[in-house]
Amino acid sequence: MQNRQSVPSKPKTKSEPEILTGSDILIRALLEEGADTVFGYPGGSVIGLYDTLVRHPKLRHVLVRHEQGATHAADGYARATGKPGVVFVTSGPGATNTVTGIANAYMDSIPIIVFTGQVASTMIGNDAFQEADIIGITRPITKHSYLVKKAEHLPRVVQEAFLLASTGRPGPVLVDLPKDVLASKAPYIRKEGVAIRGYNPTYEGHTQQIAKAAKLIMEAKRPLVYAGGGVTLADGSDDLRALAMQGRIPVTTTLLGLGVFPEDHPLSLGMLGMHGTYAANMAITECDVVIAVGARFDDRVTGRLDAFSRESKKIHIDIDPACIAKNVPVDVPIVGHIKNVLPILVSMVKKTDTAEWLGRIEELKKGHPLKYTTKPDLIAPQHVVETFADLTKHEALVVTDVGQNQMWAAQFYKFKNPRSFLSSGGLGTMGFGLPAAIGAAFGRPEATVVCFTGDGGFQMNVQELATAVKNRLPLKIAILNNGYLGMVRQWQELFFEKRYSQTYIQEGNPDFVRLAEAYGAVGIRVVRPEDVAPAVRQALEVKDRPVVMDFIVDPEQKVMPMVPAGASIMNMME
Amino acid sequence: MKHTLSVLFENEFNAIPRIVGLFSGRGYSIDSISIGAAEEAGLTRATITTIGEEQVIEQIAKQLNKLVDVIKVVDLTFEPFVERELALVKVHSTPATRPEIVQIVDIFRAKIIDISTKTMTVEITGKEDKVDAAIGMLRPFGIREIARTGAVALKREFQGQA
Repeated sequence: MQNRQSVPSKPKTKSEPEILTGSDILIRALLEEGADTVFGYPGGSVIGLYDTLVRHPKLRHVLVRHEQGATHAADGYARATGKPGVVFVTSGPGATNTVTGIANAYMDSIPIIVFTGQVASTMIGNDAFQEADIIGITRPITKHSYLVKKAEHLPRVVQEAFLLASTGRPGPVLVDLPKDVLASKAPYIRKEGVAIRGYNPTYEGHTQQIAKAAKLIMEAKRPLVYAGGGVTLADGSDDLRALAMQGRIPVTTTLLGLGVFPEDHPLSLGMLGMHGTYAANMAITECDVVIAVGARFDDRVTGRLDAFSRESKKIHIDIDPACIAKNVPVDVPIVGHIKNVLPILVSMVKKTDTAEWLGRIEELKKGHPLKYTTKPDLIAPQHVVETFADLTKHEALVVTDVGQNQMWAAQFYKFKNPRSFLSSGGLGTMGFGLPAAIGAAFGRPEATVVCFTGDGGFQMNVQELATAVKNRLPLKIAILNNGYLGMVRQWQELFFEKRYSQTYIQEGNPDFVRLAEAYGAVGIRVVRPEDVAPAVRQALEVKDRPVVMDFIVDPEQKVMPMVPAGASIMNMME
Repeated sequence: MKHTLSVLFENEFNAIPRIVGLFSGRGYSIDSISIGAAEEAGLTRATITTIGEEQVIEQIAKQLNKLVDVIKVVDLTFEPFVERELALVKVHSTPATRPEIVQIVDIFRAKIIDISTKTMTVEITGKEDKVDAAIGMLRPFGIREIARTGAVALKREFQGQA
């Protein structure tokens, strides 16, 4: 993600450029960028494009069942592989259905490129059938967008879209394609290399700033690495590990940073923030130097800002200058790519003395481990996560929905590898889990893909079960079914005097096993705690289609520990 | 406080909405925006004035810098800068009031650029407060219409002894 896409130059055999339709040019340009998979849904304004797809078997098209599913699948594909995810949809409702997925990718800096059909150029603005100003609608949630006015512009637009989506701080790019542009003919001329005058991300960190950071770290008594999703995006896990080992510095990660540092390592504190570990939140409160790497001091991490890590100096390494000092004042800002900055920093950090601090960390971890209570005859959802973790050796590709299921997966799976925990962080999009798991499975066919979801979130994009069945994806979909919109229910219990307004969904929930079977997936219901492990083993044996596991769990289980909204992260409810 | 931002950008499709959207997306209003061709062919400069907290404006400036179309952003607020605004004011006039209006126009070094039996149109340039003052003086005669450009501004180069 660090350097601009370098494309191997092809020998030019023809002197005359080929004359192709816009649709052909688009697909050829996508293949040149290395795209292999498109998630999409056809419609009126892209019929021609879909007709052209028939002639291009190299570009695999995955037919989803709703355009939101396409954007989440492309997002999951991108998170799992590091390559941009590609989406095709039609104009109007096809385009507007992608909006949540685009916003989700924008919040988490995920590279996806959404190609939307558009009515013919001459009709734009006329309230034509299936017309929507999707460029306008998505303006605040895209890194950039294009309205393609001529077919001959397509090669360059596609090159720029890939460059913008995948470099710097990655993000979604939207390309709007009027029907007549796709149908018109133009010469296919692709120039090697692409430069955009106003787009020059800073990749090299300022050496003096890095030296200042190294000095601070060496002088620190209680340093702490706080690593975020940027480390995942930059594939900087090895460099981060090197920094922690070299300096004997404990590491906490954000939700999206899970996996960049192995959680079974003695230096690992797990996740911090609202549902982070007690040890992580105390460590960031007590530390004297914070080394923030690819993290953005999000409100779910910091809690009340004026009480956040007051005693520490802050080093902030990020590729996005707008991210630095946005929420928290920073002492040593370093704008640059993690893969460039961290190796230099590691080489400069010679000697640290953190023995006493590591003792304190150990004490915090021992004194306040993550735990949960079990009731006889009721499945604890945390136990389901732990069972999956054991039986997949902490090495599955875990995708989550949003809410309690997400937090329990984050707390109890104990990740070892980067890009093994895919979750909607910034936007908190219920319905993300299943389609993102589909995208991840296409990106990493060798991985065991486990999707933790809830009975609420699963139903928000349940139609994608058809996509998974059709493509024989052996997803393990674990519904932690508590009959409630559990996270909201938890807040209602704790902060709204148990008035469970509109969060009880048990009545009306389908029989998930029969639902799975209706789609052609395997359905397994698990009611008793002792059946959890055998059921998971059974699910892991299925290789040719998705398994929907309906775990009937204790509805009163809460995600703990917890920092109440607006409180300091020192004040954890345990 | 009031901030004056100078934004140099490539006026590609959708560039202006992207720039403006960064203000509205944070609940901020743009008080004036003036856009026109800049020194280099293909480049456009917008001078934007807004009122807001420094930290928020700084964030907006950083976000402006990140826009693909934007080449350069300067918050002129904390630097010496020159600014001018142009206003066209159509003021009600009668043969009896004309001499007095002309007198006011002279004092403000403004210009009369159109005249009819019932109106005069005055061109005023200057800093915002001067334009405000001139309009204030013309108001008693009856103002029909006003068109103002908003400020255009550039950093002042001469800063101290030569």
